Amino acid sequence: MPTLLDKIWQSHLVRQSPGQPDLLFADRHLLHEVTSPQAFEGLRVKGRGVRRPDLSYAVVDHVVPTSGRELPWADQVAWTQLQALRANCREHGIMLLDISDPRQGVIHVCMPELGLTLPGNTVFCGDSHTTTHGAFGALAFGIGTSEVEHVLATQTLPQAKPRTLAVRLEGQLPPGVSAKDLILYVIGQLGVAGGTGHVIEYLGSAVRELSMEGRLTLCNMAVECGARGGLVAPDETTFAFLRGRPFAPQGADFEQAMAHWRTLYSDEGARYDRQVSLDISGLQPQVTWGTHPGQVMEIAGRVPTPDSFRDPDAVKAAQRALDYMGLKPGQSLGDAAVDVVFIGSCTNGRLEDLQAAAALLKGRRVAPGVRVLVVPGSGQVKAQAEALGLAEVFMAAGCEWREPGCSMCLGMNPDTLSPGQRSASTSNRNFEDRQGRGGRTHLCSPATAAAAALAGRFVDPRQYM
Amino acid sequence: MQKFTTFTGLAAPLDRANVDTDQILPKQFLTRVERSGWGQFAFYNWRHRPDGSPDPGFVLNQARYRGASILLARENFGCGSSREHAPWALLDFGFRVVIAPSFAVIFRNNCFQNGLLPIELEPQMQDEWFRRVQAKEGYVIQVNLRDQVLTGIDGFACQFGIDPFRKRCLLEGLDDIGLTLQDEAAIQTHEQTHRQPWQAAVAGVTK
Repeated sequence: MPTLLDKIWQSHLVRQSPGQPDLLFADRHLLHEVTSPQAFEGLRVKGRGVRRPDLSYAVVDHVVPTSGRELPWADQVAWTQLQALRANCREHGIMLLDISDPRQGVIHVCMPELGLTLPGNTVFCGDSHTTTHGAFGALAFGIGTSEVEHVLATQTLPQAKPRTLAVRLEGQLPPGVSAKDLILYVIGQLGVAGGTGHVIEYLGSAVRELSMEGRLTLCNMAVECGARGGLVAPDETTFAFLRGRPFAPQGADFEQAMAHWRTLYSDEGARYDRQVSLDISGLQPQVTWGTHPGQVMEIAGRVPTPDSFRDPDAVKAAQRALDYMGLKPGQSLGDAAVDVVFIGSCTNGRLEDLQAAAALLKGRRVAPGVRVLVVPGSGQVKAQAEALGLAEVFMAAGCEWREPGCSMCLGMNPDTLSPGQRSASTSNRNFEDRQGRGGRTHLCSPATAAAAALAGRFVDPRQYM
Repeated sequence: MQKFTTFTGLAAPLDRANVDTDQILPKQFLTRVERSGWGQFAFYNWRHRPDGSPDPGFVLNQARYRGASILLARENFGCGSSREHAPWALLDFGFRVVIAPSFAVIFRNNCFQNGLLPIELEPQMQDEWFRRVQAKEGYVIQVNLRDQVLTGIDGFACQFGIDPFRKRCLLEGLDDIGLTLQDEAAIQTHEQTHRQPWQAAVAGVTK
């Protein structure tokens, strides 16, 4: 009995031969400015072309400033990187969502909202959070620049088949607890390398209940426990999301496509390499306390004592993390003052995320001294949020309403933390120095980030609901 | 790709689990469009204090590990971002081999693409290498890819596993795009036979 992964794999096999990895066809190749220039240069050096520019789609997102971005950028090196992407796309006839394009945004936000990712697709991109697209029942994962070059040249990727891990999430998410809390909890349970070598298929009633936005969040962070990909089998929620999107099939084509998409699920009795079941009925808002996404706790909990870990590496890692984060074992996170709040990213920069944050901020003011950046995931999200009055809510509360981009998720543009600053961030990585050298990142949901903005420290967001 | 057969070099121990690619190659340098010259940025924030001066506390700044070309690491090395700039930086810094109990998948793939050999060992075996490298200054390890053997300067040795295809690519320095291009007929057949009518309407039209 095949799994969903088996079905997608089988239908994309270009070649299978003993002693070599399988060769998979790439339905979608997504490109951005940071990981593609050396790949295009590689093609040039070898005199190779782009095999399928019609299946390649580019956007600028990582380095774009989120204010004043039409002017010459202060960062000349970043500007050069953008020019390189423009030149490469022009030379090879690849669609580029440039900074002035109303559809521009974070690659894993704007491509799905255009209907570019379809159930059963293979989606490759030189970005680890490509796992996001698995929310449509697509096999999607991040690749390196050499592999980007490989896909550009051949529209295929040699790949060993990953193992499968079924993560069954049963129960109903309590009000005020979101997909972000869910995935942080899952990563905490599996461990930061717990999914390595596997594609996670999310199953269970809690997954079925999630919106597409929620599923995108869930799959986005599959890579944070080392997984190759995340998958949610497509269903009516998926089809309703895709219907009418500009790049999705239209009219009769859509009906025909849907008939095919309905066959994309793991058959009854399908065997997974591993299975994990979690009851999430009593799930509490989650927040990270350390320097990787697996170091996570309930918001009302206490920061762990390093000695409470069994593995000596984990003990050392916890000690180091607490030192870096400026936290004491056993303390409450409610005692830690928050300097910056970042709401955005490919994890939580969609309309539903902004709505969740705005619901708490409406009619209130952020705490004195707290800087709040709200960065919509795409131009379309921005336009929708403005039409719904969310932008006004954010600005009235004292937040900065900015242009779309990756922004403070990784601070490749001017949006960074200063040394020692503590952030409540809806992004995906709390690694040392990621948001700025010496910056202390706590990952959380949009609601928890909004609550931190209001209180100036970490509090249970449900007190504002 | 650079061939890899045997290599002998000084080993340096990086005794931290979950070293992510943001540490190996910090983001502030990612805007460069070149493929070379990345070594100066390797572990930049760990090698340098905020004022730019060298941090003597970081292992790779210690005199005894200067010129190291084999990196001993811990679990889940190379996790996080897919940036291939991380292996480019390690190679350009002088490393040809990284030995760890486990690697993140994208990082490991990126290493193989560049002739940087990632070797996975059982945690207990890795502990043994850490002990030996830390105990003796100037500890050199010989890596023999053909026989899949590591041999320390004191005669301590162990076998390591590697995917046979990856091994062949490294030994022969194969260009895997070149290999795939030999499958042109299979790619064309796939393109023709897997084209659903509703897929044809998708690509290109709305661009």
